[in-house]
Amino acid sequence: MRWRNAALPLLIFAALALAPFVGFGQGHSLTLLARAMIFGMAAISLSLLVGGAGLVSLGHAALLGVGAYAVVVLDHARVTEALVVMPVAIGVAALFALLTGAVAIRTSGVHFIMITLAFGQMAFFTASSLAIFGGDDGYTLYGRLELGGSRLLENRLFFHFACLALLAGTWLLVEALLRSRFGRVLRAARENETRARAVGFAPYPFRLAAYVIAGAIAGLAGVMLANSAEFVAPAYLTWQRSGDLLFMVILGGLAGPHGALMGALAFVLIEEWLSHLTEHWRLIFGPLLILCVFFMRDGIAGLLRRG
Amino acid sequence: MNTTLLLVQALNGLQFGVLLFLVAAGLTLVFGVMDFINLAHGVQYMVGAYLGAALAAMTGSFWLGLLLALPAALVFGLLLEWLVFRHLYARDHLSQVLATFGVILFLNEGVKAVFGAAPLQMPVPEALSGGVPIMEGLLYPTYRLAILAAGLLSAGLLWFLVERTRAGMLVRAGASNAPMLGALGVDVNRLFMLVFGFGAMLAGFAGVMAAPILSVEPGMGDNLLILAFVVIVIGGIGSVRGAFIAALLVGLVETIGRAMLPDLMRLMLDPSAARQTGAALASMLVYVVMAVILAVRPAGLFPVRR
Repeated sequence: MRWRNAALPLLIFAALALAPFVGFGQGHSLTLLARAMIFGMAAISLSLLVGGAGLVSLGHAALLGVGAYAVVVLDHARVTEALVVMPVAIGVAALFALLTGAVAIRTSGVHFIMITLAFGQMAFFTASSLAIFGGDDGYTLYGRLELGGSRLLENRLFFHFACLALLAGTWLLVEALLRSRFGRVLRAARENETRARAVGFAPYPFRLAAYVIAGAIAGLAGVMLANSAEFVAPAYLTWQRSGDLLFMVILGGLAGPHGALMGALAFVLIEEWLSHLTEHWRLIFGPLLILCVFFMRDGIAGLLRRG
Repeated sequence: MNTTLLLVQALNGLQFGVLLFLVAAGLTLVFGVMDFINLAHGVQYMVGAYLGAALAAMTGSFWLGLLLALPAALVFGLLLEWLVFRHLYARDHLSQVLATFGVILFLNEGVKAVFGAAPLQMPVPEALSGGVPIMEGLLYPTYRLAILAAGLLSAGLLWFLVERTRAGMLVRAGASNAPMLGALGVDVNRLFMLVFGFGAMLAGFAGVMAAPILSVEPGMGDNLLILAFVVIVIGGIGSVRGAFIAALLVGLVETIGRAMLPDLMRLMLDPSAARQTGAALASMLVYVVMAVILAVRPAGLFPVRR
């Protein structure tokens, strides 16, 4: 069944590439698709942790937020060159993941969930305290990043394809990581830590590396999210957002990064559809989530495999 | 910062601490006995506050509202257990986190749909309005002292129930080894339900008590929930005693930090920046305390022996 793991994402990428030319080219649809693709990146990075390493993080939105706030800080200093901002944002997010991960990964199970939540809350409160960047109210960017001095990212179509390229790159990277020796050690330690240790692999450095990689990807997603909205607020870092990201991963299925990809797209589209239907769309969304947990144990990917 | 102000803040902190304890106690019991992460415990506090405010408005009396809200919160908790939670006990923590997150989304939106997004008011009862002179020239609101007393009383009652009664013994046995308890002929599912309903009622009680001094609004349970999780992780998961001490600690750290840090910051920053930075640092303080305690004692202050 392995070909499906690659065929499905390729199909989705092709559909996303065609979307602007088959009736989804207006501003609103493109913004929505960009949002879906950006959350797709974040969800794929989270699936490396949850599905690959068995680390259930309830603080992933903080990493996204660190990336977004890196854009804000540099924007405030009038640094808007993507070739500078992106590496810096990725570096800062990776560093944040390294520092918090070094502590969090010492714990496991419930304590890991709680400590990632605690670090996420710390980041959230830090963001709300940054008075010069708007505090609780958030910060409106002067504009999107420049790419090599040109304002290409302002072009809707270019931005769409930039998001698509990054999404595809993320999927490829995580898929390759999970298939590598690195990924096999992660999975072995998830399945049975004692045995992994017995054959000579201490899980800690592998898990930490996975955490840092996921953090770097989430940081990049944060950069794109900030640019898509041209606005950043502490609301990006709430624990509820981390919960949303976890839902995307589970909705899609834990079998691999293609699950998270489908989960994120489905999540954003369902959210959009329901919010058009009724103001109180969460009244439908909440039970939907519960039903997914009850009846769709392998997520959308599982449904497709069976079907 | 003079002693009077410090005393007031310490009382506020203790009062917040006992409210936190009422929420955390149910959470830690549910967690300890059933190994079940219930993110929706915070909305049970919110539901309690809404039930209290609505019933008090309907009956025109705080006391009737309180009296009716408690069984209503209990029934509501049992209903949730029957509908959702009991299907999750055998599942992994990830599923529990997600499904109970779904319950939060639903209920937060539900109260918004029923009561509107604007905060509800619940008046302080006549008998407890006014203040008590606790020092020369210092009146402290009677109602806040009443919360403190009610919280301490509930904590004492809970301690008695858990440590000195047969049901409490079963709960403790369930916390250390639920399958063994089941093998010995105890109906573990009924015990789970009992613990669950009781926890929901405690959270609801905290909600009703807090309603007159805090605003009753959608999402009011979310932040408290996170703090309650911090409390049970610091205290040691499953330990009621640990939850009590940790709740008071978190309540004091949070409240006194919030009052003092902005002043401390003013020594370094201009007033408006100091206020914002100080408030944020104060919010962060409890998480720093938690991270430090977890780094030193990974199982919390009072780990339950297994």
